[in-house]
Amino acid sequence: MNSLKKYLGVVWMLLGPAAIIFLIWQASKKLSLATATTNDWLQWCIIIFVFTPVAIGMVIFGWYAWNNEYDKIEEEV
Amino acid sequence: MNSPEKGIWKVIGASSVGTLIEWYDFYIFGSLATILSEKFFPSANPTASFLATLATFAAGFIVRPFGALVFGRLGDLIGRKHTFLVTLVIMGLSTFLIGCIPSYENFHLAPVVVLLLRLLQGLALGGEYGGAATYVAEHAPEHKRGFYTSWIQTTATLGLFVSLSVIIATQKLMKPADFNDWGWRLPFLLSIVLVLVSVVIRMKMKESPLFSSLKAEGKTSVNPLKESFGHKLNLKMVLLALFGATMGQGVVWYTGQFYAQTFLLKTCNIESTQANTWIGIALLLATPFFVFFGWLSDKIGRKWIMLFGMLLAVCCYRPIFGEMHELSDLSNKRIVGENGQFSAVPNKKVAGDSIITLTINDKFEDGSSRVTITEFSKKESELNKLSSQIPAPYQPKITKTITLADGYAWKFIGLIFILVLFVTMVYGPIAAFLVELFPTKIRYTSMSLPYHIGNGVFGGLVPFIGILIVELSKTKDNPAGHPLAGLWYPMGVAAVCFIIGAIYLSNKKPKHE
Repeated sequence: MNSLKKYLGVVWMLLGPAAIIFLIWQASKKLSLATATTNDWLQWCIIIFVFTPVAIGMVIFGWYAWNNEYDKIEEEV
Repeated sequence: MNSPEKGIWKVIGASSVGTLIEWYDFYIFGSLATILSEKFFPSANPTASFLATLATFAAGFIVRPFGALVFGRLGDLIGRKHTFLVTLVIMGLSTFLIGCIPSYENFHLAPVVVLLLRLLQGLALGGEYGGAATYVAEHAPEHKRGFYTSWIQTTATLGLFVSLSVIIATQKLMKPADFNDWGWRLPFLLSIVLVLVSVVIRMKMKESPLFSSLKAEGKTSVNPLKESFGHKLNLKMVLLALFGATMGQGVVWYTGQFYAQTFLLKTCNIESTQANTWIGIALLLATPFFVFFGWLSDKIGRKWIMLFGMLLAVCCYRPIFGEMHELSDLSNKRIVGENGQFSAVPNKKVAGDSIITLTINDKFEDGSSRVTITEFSKKESELNKLSSQIPAPYQPKITKTITLADGYAWKFIGLIFILVLFVTMVYGPIAAFLVELFPTKIRYTSMSLPYHIGNGVFGGLVPFIGILIVELSKTKDNPAGHPLAGLWYPMGVAAVCFIIGAIYLSNKKPKHE
């Protein structure tokens, strides 16, 4: 189980940037349309602004998993 | 029953009533969004429309997590009781003031003021939940934390139920024109009475015993933000709480309660009072299960109840939403009666033009009915064709409203009940789970942030990303897109959360120093 936790860490480290790239790609696709309004820009900016730290958090989570940090949590009996 | 447990019902009552009122305040803004946008954010004014979007998006996604940090820090520094008293007052006053603001026609700064008040609502909500959950958990005996904190968990659903009930009751008490004119203000004004009662009750409560003893020993945190997010030992638990629990819980909650409502109203085109009544009944019937799963989590652990709820959601969303879509599809049913009428009103956008409205009423063999309203403007159509800035061809506006026969009611209530049951599984034990994950001195800060990112950001984006995925599913053969495509987002997030939770979370409590 500990090896699985460790190697899945790589997946989480990749998932964070992948989610942000997907969001930016979708935003650029939607905002390049002639019908895009200021409101669309605002919505996408807020979403990317909010999701970026979350994605960074996902990378840190993956990094901790890769470094076996989640094998060391002490539990109550 | 020993004496601390006797006192706990007062603690639960004081905390739950206040939290319920906060949820009520937050929801009525959302439930009355259409009227509020007419009164304060007219679409003809681009600035007002911009502020409306800001109010909708920023309040949930930015200000809620920010409120979690601000009030979480305060709660760990000065205490739980005073902090969640402040959040209640901010929320109540903001809601009351929204009900007092003159409309945009009479007061041109109204959009800015309403935006500020909505942001204050988001801020207060961000601080409330963590305080209430922590306060109750720190009064409860350890082996019954799940049961006692689950009462706090019922408030989010009951808040939605109360807000829908108050709005429906107000609508029924007056004519539609009066409700649109001034009646919509009543649910907002009512808030001040509820908040005053709740503040009086909360003022009489004592500080949490665990926090009081920490304070007496001088062991409270000096810098809760640094200790929560600056130290690896705690940050890894914050991230685990977010990605292994609250992220999936948030999407399951929003899909079961809010996306279901949007789906019935917008995708199935079901008449709003009918849809809201079904949702209200299902919410009420499912609410006791929050307490049941909270109690069960004390017996068998929190982890697998929450994760099983997520797994069930991933597996059952498409069949359940598919069934609701099929039940509301009238295309295979025989029309037994039809009548139509024309009307024309002046077009406010184009001088000398009229909006022609064709209303068709269809009656079906099973007792269901459908009203199709088609609005058409000939001049606007011609203007659009000439304008190079609007490449899309002019489309008449078509609105369909379906009122299903009474025989369908319990089928829909049953399906919505199952969706809310998944919510009770993931949400019932989560307060106790979060409280136990973090040490007392930084508990308020540490648990509030993952909770509000999971619910406010991941959950709050369910409708937006759902619509985006439906857009992506549009093809030449299927120009409307697949009605169930929007479910891929909550299903995907819940599936990832299930995997992380199953592998990294423990069913036992972590040990704190």
